[in-house]
Amino acid sequence: MPSVKIARKSTDTDMTPFVDVAFLILAFFMLATKFKPPDPVEITTPNSVSSDKLEQKDGILVQLDKDGRVFFAMQADANPEAKRSVIQNLNTTRNLGLTAEEMRRFEKAYAIGVPFNQLKGFLALDEEAQKKVKQPGIPVKDSATNELYYWVRDAWTAFAGKKVNCMIKGDNAAKYPDFKRVLEAFKRNDIYKFQLVTAPENAPVGTELYKIRESGGKPSTK
Amino acid sequence: MASIDTAGGDSGHKKGPGVKKAKKLSTRVDMTPMVDLGFLLITFFIFTTTMSTPSTMDLFMPKDTNKDEELNKAKQSGALTVMMGKDNHLYYYEGKLAEDASNFLSTSFDPDKGIRKIIIDKKKRTPPEDLVIVLKPNEEATYKNTVDMLDEMTINNVKRFALVDISEVENMLIHKTEGTPMPAATTTAQPAPAQ
Repeated sequence: MPSVKIARKSTDTDMTPFVDVAFLILAFFMLATKFKPPDPVEITTPNSVSSDKLEQKDGILVQLDKDGRVFFAMQADANPEAKRSVIQNLNTTRNLGLTAEEMRRFEKAYAIGVPFNQLKGFLALDEEAQKKVKQPGIPVKDSATNELYYWVRDAWTAFAGKKVNCMIKGDNAAKYPDFKRVLEAFKRNDIYKFQLVTAPENAPVGTELYKIRESGGKPSTK
Repeated sequence: MASIDTAGGDSGHKKGPGVKKAKKLSTRVDMTPMVDLGFLLITFFIFTTTMSTPSTMDLFMPKDTNKDEELNKAKQSGALTVMMGKDNHLYYYEGKLAEDASNFLSTSFDPDKGIRKIIIDKKKRTPPEDLVIVLKPNEEATYKNTVDMLDEMTINNVKRFALVDISEVENMLIHKTEGTPMPAATTTAQPAPAQ
């Protein structure tokens, strides 16, 4: 009686399709990626049902972290001279005594969160060292020392004639008075239109907004 | 990993001893390191990617004014005042705050029986042109509470609402309810509608 032979199967798998898929995904991520800007602080934004997407255009971004620290950043990829004019203006009006090199560093720095009297010291550091510094935040506590007002004013002037977004990115745990003071800094500059940066979420089922969206209409904003 | 050698060395001397066979080189390339590298990069890109672009919520604030004629008037019957306090607590009253604070009630962000129900209820009872919701966060309310309430306005399609500083009397009532001491610094109330 012949013994039943079990065919020895090769353990070799053809990896080619696997590799194909892997590299396809890789290519997708490489093309779709936009790197996170180096945030000086960790901010978890609240959710909102708003469907407007954040536009990547020139603007003023004020960040508010959970301890109430305020950071100022300018998005000025389209006109880099705006950033330069802001720092030059502040240098003269606030007697900061910045060197040309320090002003160049400002243009590269992503967000500023130091009072004016520490700005020179902060900009004297190079980019790597700046990241390690724990910035105390721009003072906004009362109207006499509200330095954010000057930042906003100069940025607004630098962008004059262009459509500028005033974005406020606050942390979930930030307290309302801090947020109010940020708003005040803008309001003193006669800026009344803001965009709050939030994470998207769906309209709750059964609510009026849900019904409007279901029927395909857009809720009027006015 | 990818190819395990199962041939087990030389497969015999079929042509007899002495006959040298040219060694056949395999055309297969070991893909393992390439796959490793590929997945390493995928992981890297996944982690650095911001997949969902953040959305923005428009907020229009009014110009601060003390002139009476510039202030927007609200009908008492159509007003609903919502106050935000500590630990996501909400307080509200309709119309004018009663002297004995009998219409000062507390609620929460609960999606089913919280503030949303109260707003919907109020909306049903009020003619649309009279409805005004006044939002008053106190000093312990968080930014999240404020955004959530503004969001609630969008959700319930409330056209007129205002973000206003809390008055001392209201804040006192909140602190009394919460059992916390009143802060020393007080804010000045200034009614001003937001939209």
